[in-house]
Amino acid sequence: MRYEAPETVESATALLVGTTGEARVLAGGTDLLVQMRSDIVDPALIVDIKRIAETRKVTEEKGGGWRIGAAVTGAELKEHPRLKQVWPGVVEAANLIGSTQVQGRATLGGNLCNGSPAADSVPALIAAGAVATVAGPQGRRDIAVEDVMLGPRQLALTRGEFVVSFLLPPRPPRSSDAYLRFIPRTEMDIAVVGAGVSLTVDGAGTITGARVSLGAVAPRVLLVREAAAAIVGSRLEQAAQDRLEAAARTACAPIDDKRGTVDFRIQVAGVLARRAALIALDRARTS
Amino acid sequence: MAETQTNGNAQTYVGTRTIRPDGVDKVTGRARFGADFNLPGQLIGRVLRSPHPHARILRIDTSKAEALPGVKAVITRDDFADQSSEFIPAGEMMMNYKDVVRNVMAREKALYEGHAVAAVAATSGAIARRALKLIDVQYEILPHVIDVVEAMRPDAPLLHDDLFTVGVEPKPDKPSNVAKRVEITLGDVEAGFTKADVIVEREFRTAPVHQGYIEPHAALATVSEDGSTELWCTTQGHFIVRAHCARLLGLDISKVRVTATEIGGGFGGKTVVYLEPLAIALSRKAKRPVKMVMSREEVFKASGPTSGATVRVKMGATKDGKFVAGFAELKYQAGAFQGSPVQPGVMCAYAPYDIENVKVIGYDVVSNRPKVAAYRAPGAPISEFAVESVVDEIAKKLGLDPIELRMMNAAREGTKAAYGPKFGPIGLEETLNSIKKTEHWNTPLRKWQGRGVASGFWFNIGGETCASLTINEDGTVSLMAGTPDIGGLRASLSMVAADELGIPYDKVRPIIGDTGSVGFNFLTGGSRSAFSGSMAIVEAAKQIKADLCARAAKLWEAKPEQVEFSGGHVRPLGALAEKAKPMSIADFAKIAGKTGGPIGGYGRINAQGAGPSLGTHLVDLEVDPETGRVTILRYTVAQDAGRALHPAYVEGQFQGGAVQGIGWALNEEYIYGADGKLQNAGFLDYRMPVASDVPMIDAILVEVANPKHPYGVRGVGETPIVPPLGAIANAMENATGIRFTELPMSPPKVLKALKERGATAG
Amino acid sequence: MAKHHIEATVNGDAIEFLCETEETLLDVLRDTLHLTGSKEGCSSGDCGACSVTLDGRLVCSCLVLGCEVDGRRIETIEGMAQGEALHPLQQKFLEHAALQCGICTPGFLVASKALLERDPDPSETEIRYWLAGNLCRCTGYDKIVSAVQDAAATLRKG
Repeated sequence: MRYEAPETVESATALLVGTTGEARVLAGGTDLLVQMRSDIVDPALIVDIKRIAETRKVTEEKGGGWRIGAAVTGAELKEHPRLKQVWPGVVEAANLIGSTQVQGRATLGGNLCNGSPAADSVPALIAAGAVATVAGPQGRRDIAVEDVMLGPRQLALTRGEFVVSFLLPPRPPRSSDAYLRFIPRTEMDIAVVGAGVSLTVDGAGTITGARVSLGAVAPRVLLVREAAAAIVGSRLEQAAQDRLEAAARTACAPIDDKRGTVDFRIQVAGVLARRAALIALDRARTS
Repeated sequence: MAETQTNGNAQTYVGTRTIRPDGVDKVTGRARFGADFNLPGQLIGRVLRSPHPHARILRIDTSKAEALPGVKAVITRDDFADQSSEFIPAGEMMMNYKDVVRNVMAREKALYEGHAVAAVAATSGAIARRALKLIDVQYEILPHVIDVVEAMRPDAPLLHDDLFTVGVEPKPDKPSNVAKRVEITLGDVEAGFTKADVIVEREFRTAPVHQGYIEPHAALATVSEDGSTELWCTTQGHFIVRAHCARLLGLDISKVRVTATEIGGGFGGKTVVYLEPLAIALSRKAKRPVKMVMSREEVFKASGPTSGATVRVKMGATKDGKFVAGFAELKYQAGAFQGSPVQPGVMCAYAPYDIENVKVIGYDVVSNRPKVAAYRAPGAPISEFAVESVVDEIAKKLGLDPIELRMMNAAREGTKAAYGPKFGPIGLEETLNSIKKTEHWNTPLRKWQGRGVASGFWFNIGGETCASLTINEDGTVSLMAGTPDIGGLRASLSMVAADELGIPYDKVRPIIGDTGSVGFNFLTGGSRSAFSGSMAIVEAAKQIKADLCARAAKLWEAKPEQVEFSGGHVRPLGALAEKAKPMSIADFAKIAGKTGGPIGGYGRINAQGAGPSLGTHLVDLEVDPETGRVTILRYTVAQDAGRALHPAYVEGQFQGGAVQGIGWALNEEYIYGADGKLQNAGFLDYRMPVASDVPMIDAILVEVANPKHPYGVRGVGETPIVPPLGAIANAMENATGIRFTELPMSPPKVLKALKERGATAG
Repeated sequence: MAKHHIEATVNGDAIEFLCETEETLLDVLRDTLHLTGSKEGCSSGDCGACSVTLDGRLVCSCLVLGCEVDGRRIETIEGMAQGEALHPLQQKFLEHAALQCGICTPGFLVASKALLERDPDPSETEIRYWLAGNLCRCTGYDKIVSAVQDAAATLRKG
């Protein structure tokens, strides 16, 4: 098994596409190493992208967007002085992955590209309207995060491509986001349901824009347009909450597994969408 | 409370919170646990395990593995002689050597997913893993059965064609999966039920749970050409390991020397052998040391969790709350071989209560799961969970306070237990009273919060124990015990030795001796190590004191009655005091050679008189009615320790057992697919409590001295895991109005029950 | 396949070692550098018994490859005592009986130290959530939390 730590995007893509046998990108390693240890993957080549400077930066761009390197850790996101004020939902989602130790290594890029529909940061990124910048042998392209994961362990990336960074769009005033997940314990579990909500309110407190995303309730993380539509134009009064819950539940196509049943996931998806929306609303009003 | 027992000593250390002597090494990373031992030239051993829950093993071809460079030995069933049927004690359960040899290495069949089928030793772990892939095993897959009720059906897949149910009449002529039926009876339950004003009958189900020790099994073996074997392993009983390995490998016991390493948790799960005979067999074949460590997945798939069970309970009481009849039927999974803890489960079910009419039946049932191993008060949490739940229902039906109801029926000194003995002094009532007086009990609750109380019983054991005290030339004392120290034993024994001999605590240095250095000790289990160990130390100290008095009498040309030992010195009495001065142990140590030779004492006992420990737990919890999630808000344990040698370590037992019980009640379970394979063989999905899941656990030390122990000690380690299951189920009923009869009470189950009841208001 | 030659700092000492690609930092610490204080409980990042700090960041060493630490600074339990003096956390763990079997103790100490270096006055809840990645099966966490609180108070007094 080879290990390379290239310092440029170009050398990384060249390595990924040039290898015979399976090549895997290493960012935080909190999924890859576990899978190697249990013989789920046996790559011929590991490409460590952490020496590529742009994968490690967090930059507030002119115009208000945020560019976050794919290999920035959850802990680093939390320690950034400004990011959590603008995107508290994205930051809290990244810091729910695993434990303090795991958050010291886990990255948004890895969390997305591991291809699990239960990934914690992905619903928050989708709700945020994040766009992934992907580099490959043919150059770069942008993909909306909701279009990156096609199914469990299935990504829309072709051979040699990897995620370099994410762009969170500029924030209108009075906007905020929130992420909630259901787990049976208080920490350390994979999300049984995850809900990310981002919204904008006007001066009167009416929701003018919203995005709702659900994780762990379908083969991919969902962008639930109907759930967002259910609350735009409202102040999230009871009727709007009920519509939101119903839309969230309708969008679910979950499975029974060792973490939850179909009924349970559908039920809780509605509850979490509502609770996350209420938190996001509260944050947006006071932002 | 009676005066604290000090065995006649001026007490200085017993009952205080000393720093444990093995502590510094444990907080600096210096202490060596099982996987921390290495020998030069060692090979790494790994095990090939059956992927099938039930299969006949037709053929094993190891030739390609043996040919792989770096592989130095491969073993299979052919490397172990078959064993004839012989039952032996294992923890607080029994096992059979015929089964042990088959569990350690499958013979005719693979009986569970994870069953060892072959093992290799190679120059690296990577090569060993590759070698396993080269072993070709031909299986004939057979239908499997996991659930205990399914396994009892006459048409269930049969695990052993030579297993005929013991304890039923007439004796069966067909084999089955029911290994035995046991029963205890007191009085006449049918008559008792006719006197009842209220009868509650319920059926309960629990899932298998694992002890969950953080340290995986590990063993390092080296075998010389003459067969003498040295083994380092993480175990609760190195003498038991020695006995099993000697037997399985055809060695004299004296040829096997086992050192118990520091142990990273056991809770009963490390009272049996898994890797040890394999490491020895590989080392013998390879003529090099072999080190083996289980992965976490192997721990879950191949070491024994405890039983899953189905329990039916029927209790009757008068309208005033007097229990008049108690019936229970327990069906426990044993795993692949017989030997579930159904017997202690039967014995403990009603033990906290004084009931005239009791009948408890138990079935030991095999199924295609790892062979069950002991887990902290084996069998009792399950049966007592069921009884405590029904007691709570009776309280509710009669409109009685659940503590008052238990108080009214509490077993006390003189009560005849359904399983036989009459109790000496026991502290159940004291624990109930302690709980009643707490601020916890008297704090009001809010909506969707619930409070539950439950009591619990475990009998504890004594057993064979050897321990020695040696006086060194400078007057310091070397203490050697022989039961592995899982949680503070060395501190407790050193305190007893210090008080017995009247010397400073830091002048006593304890070690746990290997099997070559100290006489036979039964394992650390049954809450026996502090109880028995301290008795052996008292005996050893007694010998030393007698010896020193004899030496002094000779030195002072005095009669025996003119000298006595007190406060760390031999003292001349009466007129003798005018011509002789008191001499300390250190004084004698300097002249030991001249006065008869080295000074020491050796306690070799079969400790009797273990007293049961009873406890009562109180828990507050909150249910999120929209998700079924349960949060433990507050938890108090009151338990009778007899006498707490080291209060902090006794509290630690209470707290640790309570949290294991919380995990068992709420989230822990073995999840099997329809294919008979374990789906959650890791700490991610086998959900044990983490620090943020639990609050502080208040511990109330009750001390009702055990009159049969010089200090009044009772074992305390096991009882704490017994009450939590019932207490939490009772709190759930209090919070939701729903009686949960299936564990764990995980969120999907709770939410489903809430929805079915149509509850939207608490 | 040639091994990687790695130079790093471990507990203040400059060290070098060779490792295969698939060896984790935990494997290297225990098997190559003979620092067995960090323990292997699960190899999947779920128990925290292997906790170390990497450039000051608390991580599970079972989730880091040996070849990733070239030029980096690693601190393990073995580096926690200051000469003959125990770190206040180590001392308080002993005083509070915050260990029973002790297998999880190195991980808890490394993790607690990382917490108190960031937050000298954490609440009980903050302590519990920070340490949620460290499993203990013996103590029920009560005395561990008390020990961390007491150590924090001691460190704040300076």
